Amino acid sequence: MKVKVLSRNPDDYVRETKHDIQRVLYLLFYHRITSASSLSKQFLVCFPCSLLFSFPQVKVWNLTKHECVRTLQAHEGFVRGMVVRYCGTSFFTIGDDKTIKQWKMEAPGYGEAEEPLNTILGKTVFTGLDHHLKKGVFATCGQQVDIWDEQRSTPIRSFTWGVDSFSSLRFNPVETELLGSCASDRSIVLYDMRESTPLKKVIMTMRPNTLCWNPMEAYIFTCANEDYNLYTYDMRYLEKPFKVHMDHVSAVLDVDYAPTGQEFVSASFDKTIRIFPKDAGHSREVYHTKRMQHVICVKWSADNRYILSGSDEMNIRLWKANAAEKLGMLAPREKAAINYSQKLKEKFQHHPQIKRIARHRHLPKNIYHQRNELRIMKEARRRKEMNVRKHSKPGSVPLVSEKEKHVVTVVK
Amino acid sequence: MASVSRKNRNKNTLKRSCGVAASVEDKEAEEGMDGAEEEVTSSEEDEGQDERKRQKLLEAISALGGKRKKTLGERSEAAVHMSEFSVNTEGGPGKVELADLIGSLEKTSAVPNKRKKELKKMQHINKTLDSPLSKQETERIQRDMAFQKAASEVSRWDSIIIQNNKAEQLVFPLSQEPAGPKPVETLVAGWKAKTPLEQEVFALLSANKQPLTDPVLTPAEKASVKAMSLEEAKIRRAELQKARILQSYYEAKARRERKIKSKKYHKVQNKAKRKEFLKNFDQMVKTDPAAALQELNKMELARMQERMSLKHQNSSKWAKSKAIMAKYDDEARKAMQQQLEMNRELTQKLVVPLNEEEEEEGRECDAEVLPDFVNDAVDMRDALNPWMKGKLTEEPTQEKLKITETEEREVVAAEEEEEEQEAEETEEEALLREFDRRRNLQERAATEDSAASDSDENDPAEITTPPRRMENNSKDTQGVPSADINDESAQLEEGLERIRTVEDLELLHHEPSAEEKHPGTTKAPPSEGKSVGKLKKKKKKKGIELKEVLTKETNMIKVPLTPTITDSENSEAKLDQRGLIKEAFAGDDVISDFLKDKRRQEDEGKPKVIDLTLPGWGHWGGVGLKLPTRKRRRFRFKGAPPPPRKDQHLPSVIISEKKSASISLHQVHSLPFPFENSTQFESCIRSPLGRTWNTERTVKKVTKPRVVTHLGTIIEPIAEEELYRMCYVTHDTSTSHNK
Repeated sequence: MKVKVLSRNPDDYVRETKHDIQRVLYLLFYHRITSASSLSKQFLVCFPCSLLFSFPQVKVWNLTKHECVRTLQAHEGFVRGMVVRYCGTSFFTIGDDKTIKQWKMEAPGYGEAEEPLNTILGKTVFTGLDHHLKKGVFATCGQQVDIWDEQRSTPIRSFTWGVDSFSSLRFNPVETELLGSCASDRSIVLYDMRESTPLKKVIMTMRPNTLCWNPMEAYIFTCANEDYNLYTYDMRYLEKPFKVHMDHVSAVLDVDYAPTGQEFVSASFDKTIRIFPKDAGHSREVYHTKRMQHVICVKWSADNRYILSGSDEMNIRLWKANAAEKLGMLAPREKAAINYSQKLKEKFQHHPQIKRIARHRHLPKNIYHQRNELRIMKEARRRKEMNVRKHSKPGSVPLVSEKEKHVVTVVK
Repeated sequence: MASVSRKNRNKNTLKRSCGVAASVEDKEAEEGMDGAEEEVTSSEEDEGQDERKRQKLLEAISALGGKRKKTLGERSEAAVHMSEFSVNTEGGPGKVELADLIGSLEKTSAVPNKRKKELKKMQHINKTLDSPLSKQETERIQRDMAFQKAASEVSRWDSIIIQNNKAEQLVFPLSQEPAGPKPVETLVAGWKAKTPLEQEVFALLSANKQPLTDPVLTPAEKASVKAMSLEEAKIRRAELQKARILQSYYEAKARRERKIKSKKYHKVQNKAKRKEFLKNFDQMVKTDPAAALQELNKMELARMQERMSLKHQNSSKWAKSKAIMAKYDDEARKAMQQQLEMNRELTQKLVVPLNEEEEEEGRECDAEVLPDFVNDAVDMRDALNPWMKGKLTEEPTQEKLKITETEEREVVAAEEEEEEQEAEETEEEALLREFDRRRNLQERAATEDSAASDSDENDPAEITTPPRRMENNSKDTQGVPSADINDESAQLEEGLERIRTVEDLELLHHEPSAEEKHPGTTKAPPSEGKSVGKLKKKKKKKGIELKEVLTKETNMIKVPLTPTITDSENSEAKLDQRGLIKEAFAGDDVISDFLKDKRRQEDEGKPKVIDLTLPGWGHWGGVGLKLPTRKRRRFRFKGAPPPPRKDQHLPSVIISEKKSASISLHQVHSLPFPFENSTQFESCIRSPLGRTWNTERTVKKVTKPRVVTHLGTIIEPIAEEELYRMCYVTHDTSTSHNK
C-alpha cells in the first residue's frame, strides 16, 4: 500500500518553538537594528527657533525662552567680534570703529545710560578677539596680534611676523597661555603669550578662515579652510595635518569643538552645518534648511546638547547636537533602551543594509550635484596623476598623500 | 657723528688683537648697524671740522669783549666724542698691539707671575670672536626655542589624551566633586578658638593628633589609608574573592551531596563519619577533655533525638512490608534486624571514664526515682517482656530526669533505649522482636534460671544494670500505698490500648514459648497497683499526650501494599502503530529516493564537457558525420573539477553549496577596519548584546555608552588637576610595582 501525503509548508501550521530560535533571532535582531537606525532619522531637523539680528547691534538672547533680552548699539559700523569674559559678568566687543569695548552682562537699570565699562581706542581695525580662560587678559588681531591687559589701554604685547592681516584668533583652553591665529597669507601662526616672539607658522595652499582648539586635547586644533576642507593639526607636528576632514562643497567659515572634545561642528558657505567626529575624515551629520543661507558662525553649547548657528539671512538657529536624541529627562528604562539600540547600531554598522540606512542623509539638490561634481573632479585629477606617473620615469612623480598636499611650508 | 665715523674707519684699519671682549662686541654691534654709512663719513668729517673752526671763531670774537669775558672753560666729555674702547690711531704710530699695553706689566711686581705668563701666551693667539647673528636669524632661533619649549610643555598631556582615547567610557564633566563630607576648613573659613575652653580643647586635640578640622579621618587613620595602595587593595580583594569562590564551591558541593538520593551513599558516608569521629573522640578525651565533654553532650543530644524519633524502629512503611516478608524471607528479616541494630548503636550510651562517679550517683538516684519500673512491666500481660515494662514508665522517668541532672538522664536513657523502641513498635516490629527475644530467652533459659526477666537484654554492656535496679526498685516500692481508683481507671484506658496492641501481637502469632515464660515473672501481680499509682502522679505533672499520639499513630499505620500491574496492552498498541505505519509506507523506498537525489546533485556539480566546435567549420558537417579527432581534442575539453563536496563522506546528508542571493544582500563582504581576520569579526558579531541571552548586569556593562554627559551641566575644558591626578595615580601604581 502506498500512501501519498499532501505536501504543505509546516510554517503555516506548526507553531514556533524554541528550536526555531535561530531564525526568529535573525528576524528579531534585524528588525531591532533597522528600527534603531531608522529611528534616528525621524527626529532629525532643527528647532524652529530662528532669531533675527542685525550687524551694528549686539543683542543678548535668552536661549531657553528664545527671546532677545537686550540690544546694544555697540559700535559705529559692523561689530567684528565678541567674546564673553570667563566669569560671565561682562563681555568685549570689537568693531569697525577701531575700538574695543567692555560691557556689563546685566542690562542697565531704569534711567541709566547704556555705556560700556571700558573703551580702548586702537590704531587699526580689529578683526578678531578672544579672552583668556583664567586671567584678565584678552587678545585681538588685526594687522598684528595684541595681548591686552584688562586694566591697561595699551597692549602688553604685540606680535608681528611679516603679515599684513589676521582674520581670527583663539586661545588654547587647556594650555591657556597658547594662542593660534589665521593670517591672510594662508598661514596659521601659533603664539605663546609669555614669549616675545611667535612660535611657528604653517603656510597652506589656501587660506584658513578660523581655528578652534580641542578643549580636551591640549595640542590639537582644527582649522576651517577656504578649500572646502577642515584640517586637524597636532601643534607639535605642523608638517602635515593630523587629519583632513572633507565633505563641504564650499569654503568652510567657522568651526567649534564640542565641550567633550569628541566632535566638532563646522559652518560653511555652502549653507550647511556639518558635524565631524574628531578623528573621522567625513562628517557624521549634515544640517541644512531651506531658508538658511551661508552659515557664518557656529557654536557648540557648553552642555554638549545644542549647536547654535548664525547665517547670512540674519537668523540664529538652535540645533540639537544629536538629532535622534530625546530631550529632557529620561526614565531609566528609556535610557537603557537607547543605549542598547545605540550599541546595536554600532555592532552591525558594517552590514550593508544597516549602513545604507545609517549613512543616508538628505541633501539639497544643488549641494548634492555640487558634491557629485567635486567627486568627479577629484577622481579625474587622481586618474590624471596616475597616468602621469605611469608614463614618467619611476620615482619622478612621487605619491603625495592627501594630508601632505595642502601644506606648503612650515616656517620656523 | 664725526667721531663715530672716525671710529669706524679706525676699526677697519685696527687689527684687533685686544682681548677685551666687551669693546670688541660693542664695535661689532656698531658695524652691524651701519655698514653703508662709510661713504657718508668723509663729507661729514669736513663739516665737523668747519663747525669746530666756527666755534673757535665765535670764542675769539666773544673774548674781544673785554669785561664781559666769561671764564668758562671748555668742557669736553670723552663719552660724547669718543669711546674709551676705540683708540684713535689717526695721529699715532699705527695699530696698538697687545704687547704695547702689557709692556708695563713686566716692571710692576704686583702682578703675579702666573698672570704674566698667561698674558704672554695670549699674545700669540690670533683668534677673534664671531660676529653676532642678524636680527632675523636671532629671532628665528628665539622662535624655535620658544616653540620647542611650548611643544615639550604641551607634550605632558600625551598620556592623559591617550588614556581618554582608549577609555571605554568617558563621563563629562571630568572633574566631579567627590562625594562625602568636606573638611570643615573649607566651610568655616577663618574661624579660631577664642575662649579659653576652646583653646584648651584644641590643645588637647592637637596633642593627641586628633583632627582639628577634618571630621572624618585622624592623621593616623589617613596614614593607614595611605599605607594600603591601590595595588595592594586589589590583591587583597582578589584573595577575598578567591576565598569566597572556594567557599561557594564547597557549599555547592555540600548541597549537591546532600541532595544525593542514594541511601547507600549516605549510609556509607555516615558510617565513615561516625568511625572517624569515634577515632578522634578517643584522642580528644585524652588531649582536650572539655571539648570531649562538649562532644559527648552533643552525642547525647543526638541519642536523645534518635530515641525520640521512629527512624530506625521498624515502624516505617518499608519495615512493615519487610515484616510481612520476614516470615518467609531471610533477607528481609536480616534487613530489619540491621535496622534495629542501627538503632541500638545510635542509642547506645557512651561509657566514658570522665563521669563514672556521677553515673554511680545517678544510679543511686535512679533507685529512688524509678521504683515503679518493674511494677509497670509486671502489669503487662506479657510479663516476660521487660521492654514492655519500660514502655509504661519511660516517659515520666525521662522527663523527670531532664529536670534533675544530665548524668542521671544518661543512665536512665541507657536503660530506656530499648523500651522506647518498643513503645513505638507496631505489630510487625513486635513480631520481629519477639523472634529475637524468644531466641535469647531460650539461650538464657539453658544457662540461668533466675534471671529470666533479664534475658531480653541484647546489649552486653547494659545487661547488668537494669535488672539489678529493677529488683531494687521493686523492693523499695513494695511499701508504697496504691493511689485512688479514678486515676487508675484513667490510666487503665491507656493501658487498654497498649494491651490491645499486645493482643494484636498475640493474635498475629500465638507463640507457645512466650506463654511458657509467663510463670517465670513472679513479681508481676503485686506491683501492678503501685506502679499505676506512680504513673498517675507523674501524669499529673506532665502530660503524655504526645506519647499517646505516637502510639496511636504507629497502630494506625496498616496499609497493605497494592501489587503493581504491568500493562501489556500499551506495548501491543505501540506495536500496532508501528506496523500500521510500515504497512502504509510499504511501497515508498525513501532511502533509494534520497540516494538518487544525492547522486543527481553530485552530477550537477561535476564539470561538464565544453564543446566549442562549430559544425561545418573547416570540414564537412551534417547528420551522421563525425568530428575529426584533432578537432575534438582541441575544441572539446573538461573544466576544472570542483572542490570536494562537504557531504562527500556523509551518506545520509545533502549539503547544498549554492549561495543564496537574498542572504548575500545582507552580508558583510569585506573585512571592516579594526578587525584583522574574519574569525575575529564573526566572533564579535556572534556575541549577543541584548537581554535575551545575557544577564541584566552584563547587558548594562555591554551597552554602556562611550560618552556620558549630564543634562544642563557645563563641561569645562580639561584642567591641570586632571594631569596631576593622573600623575599621582601612575606614580602610585609604579611605586607599588616596585614594592
